[in-house]
Amino acid sequence: MLHFTRLKTAATLLTAFFICLFAVPNFFPEKMVESWPKWAQRHIVLGLDLQGGSHLLLEVDSAAVRKEKLLALLDDVRRVLRDARIGYTGLAVRGNSVEVRLREGSDLQAALTKLRELSQPLGGILGTTGQRSLEIIELGGGVIRLAPTEPALLERIRQAVEQSIQIIERRVNELGTVEPLIQRQGVDRILVQVPGLQDPTRLKELLGKTAKLDFRLVDMSVTPQQAQQSGVPADSEILLGTKQREPYVIKKAVAVSGGDLTDAQPGFDQRTSEPIVNFRFNSSGARRFAQITQENVGRPFAIVLDNQVISTPVIREPILGGSGQISGGFSVQEANDLAILLRAGALPAPLTIIEERTVGPGLGQDSIEKGKLASYVGSVLVIVFMFATYGLFGLFANIAVAINVAMIFGVLSLLNATLTLPGIAGIVLTVGIAVDSNVLIYERIREEVRAGRTPINAIDAGFARALATILDSNITTFIAAAVLFYIGTGPVRGFAVTLGIGIITTVFTAFTLTRLIVAYWVRWQRPQRVPI
Amino acid sequence: MRLLRIVPDDTKFDFMRFRRVSFPISAVLSILAIALYFLHGLNFGIDFKGGTLIEIRTKAGPADLSRMRSSLGELGLGEFQLQQFGSPQDVLIRISQQPGGEEAQQAAVAKVRQALNQIYSNDIEYRRVEVVGPRVSGELLSYGIIGLMLAIASIFIYLWFRFEWQFALGAMIANVHDLVLTIGFMSLAQIDFDLTSIAALLTILGYSLNDTVVIYDRIREMLRRYKRMPMPDLLNASINSTLSRSVITHVTVTLALLALLLFGGQAIHSFTATMMFGVVLVGTYTSIFIAAPILIYLGVGLGRELGRDET
Repeated sequence: MLHFTRLKTAATLLTAFFICLFAVPNFFPEKMVESWPKWAQRHIVLGLDLQGGSHLLLEVDSAAVRKEKLLALLDDVRRVLRDARIGYTGLAVRGNSVEVRLREGSDLQAALTKLRELSQPLGGILGTTGQRSLEIIELGGGVIRLAPTEPALLERIRQAVEQSIQIIERRVNELGTVEPLIQRQGVDRILVQVPGLQDPTRLKELLGKTAKLDFRLVDMSVTPQQAQQSGVPADSEILLGTKQREPYVIKKAVAVSGGDLTDAQPGFDQRTSEPIVNFRFNSSGARRFAQITQENVGRPFAIVLDNQVISTPVIREPILGGSGQISGGFSVQEANDLAILLRAGALPAPLTIIEERTVGPGLGQDSIEKGKLASYVGSVLVIVFMFATYGLFGLFANIAVAINVAMIFGVLSLLNATLTLPGIAGIVLTVGIAVDSNVLIYERIREEVRAGRTPINAIDAGFARALATILDSNITTFIAAAVLFYIGTGPVRGFAVTLGIGIITTVFTAFTLTRLIVAYWVRWQRPQRVPI
Repeated sequence: MRLLRIVPDDTKFDFMRFRRVSFPISAVLSILAIALYFLHGLNFGIDFKGGTLIEIRTKAGPADLSRMRSSLGELGLGEFQLQQFGSPQDVLIRISQQPGGEEAQQAAVAKVRQALNQIYSNDIEYRRVEVVGPRVSGELLSYGIIGLMLAIASIFIYLWFRFEWQFALGAMIANVHDLVLTIGFMSLAQIDFDLTSIAALLTILGYSLNDTVVIYDRIREMLRRYKRMPMPDLLNASINSTLSRSVITHVTVTLALLALLLFGGQAIHSFTATMMFGVVLVGTYTSIFIAAPILIYLGVGLGRELGRDET
């Protein structure tokens, strides 16, 4: 146990040294560290509870995604049947599927063949999974039911989440904040963490809007009041204005879609100086816009955002240049935000905020101070106690524990792990637990001495017998830390990380460093008695 | 130098004698703890109940709780709580989960901010805002419970590997008993029960098993070495020989926790208080007075002489 070859010694010391080295970047200011080579730049990330910032968990409205897929399917079925000149008497969304009733029963086979073309194979990374995107059943009596399969829906939700992440990134970047963290969580959730953001109100507003912009024609055949009383024409609907909530009758068909916008910038109206948003279409959007404005000079058209009417300007002349402005009684901030939303793009589905945690920098700073103080005090108490109880060997234990803590920081740095306040508590706790390994060894040595062994044999036996126990007892705590890591989030996960890493480094230092120090002391001193 | 010796060498304290007392006491305490849980309940934080937590600090003088209370009361937010948190300028506002799903929670926060800004204009610092919607709180609760069960199961399997089943079972009973008593304590003291509390419980579990394993290790060694020693004597000898290590380690962990408790601040206060109770008080007691003697009842060492006190 006490036999350490030069190789083993070197290996142990070098390993410990290099791991500790990774802890170094944390103590230098960020500007300096940025000039070092990439591999030396790894450092600990402070959690939001220490740095201050906002944490938002958003959920994609998967019900909305499903509904949209069904409506798209409805359009597809209509198109396919019309192209094939197959007549139908009923076509509607029913529950989770689309049902169509054919006019002629004899068209059934032809219809099925055509409709089957809509179903596409779903692919995985390595090719098709054998699944298809649609399930098509005959219900008898000339009725066909089409339903998107579950894998197809999940795929669509996954795509929606990916798209949303990109759009969120664009929107968040407009706030000009420190690098935000945006990642998916689970099937339909997105985590947004913005360090340093104290008031997430504006962020929430930006993320809460789908920002689907459409240009549509106003239905002039009925007034809003008439429509409210006696019903609305089949191809129109009643929408409310954003500010005053007054009703409008708007055609359902989208004349030009906001998806064709290439740019949107806030500005001021030349005549009235009110804040507006200047926009520009891409070439196909510009063409459509030109066509619509040419055909409808003198009539109003509606600018609809998220199913609410911003304004209904009258087309005075055809707009051929593909650009224009939106005014709707905006404040400067509102015009700015709308421009941001339009540039970033519309979200494929609404996002709901299901969890929010914001920590101000004041509290963050306080937490760091308290964490540091508790660590120092705790360490000092333990060091003094160990020294008082074991004298010289206590010193050895203290050195081992000190290197242990440095190694914990090194590993955390290496992993770019996040340090939270419970994480700091975890490190302090590890100091208390790490000492146990040394205590186990030392008490065992004392027992062996009392049993009559010579000093060197006692020390040797002490290490040998104790190490198995050290392994066993630390593994149970490690299992608890592992479970906690798996089920925990945020700060609690930080605790699991430091505790887990602490246990690994503790076992390492007990098996190697403490043994090494004692071995060299024995070799050097050749003691007649063990001073504990 | 003269070294500090808290526990003298070669103690021969008869721990096993107390098992006729310690088992009933533990049973009673456990029942009491369970009763407390059902009657008094745990002080669930927003992590598990959902709702909103806002921590504010007033910059100009102490906070006017009664004025805040009446102002917030007018907002129609249902149940809410205001509590001083450390200094007279720090106030913790807890608002129960609003009906109406996730959006309603956000709306409530906006209303509260508005009301508070009206009282204090700009002299208020929002230290922390946490909103947990109904979906997430439900999940955190179930994950927490599953986590605890998973930990107990995994550790049980691990111990079964390393020792015999009686040891594994004995350790589990002793340590679940630890958790039960700790939960009882949390109910009694109405300590905030949130995600960090689950962390504390899992750590207590891991750490007090740590302790139990050390004693069991020694017991196993003695069982092999002294094939004819009666169980009570053997268990006593095992505990006595590991006593000094146990005490010293408990002192170091207590010192570390004490530092956290006194200087770690309010944010982790509930965590450290729970840990202190679990690790120091309960952990030590159960390792010695429950985990060891239970082996006798589980049939370890059958066939040996019964020793001085016949079971």
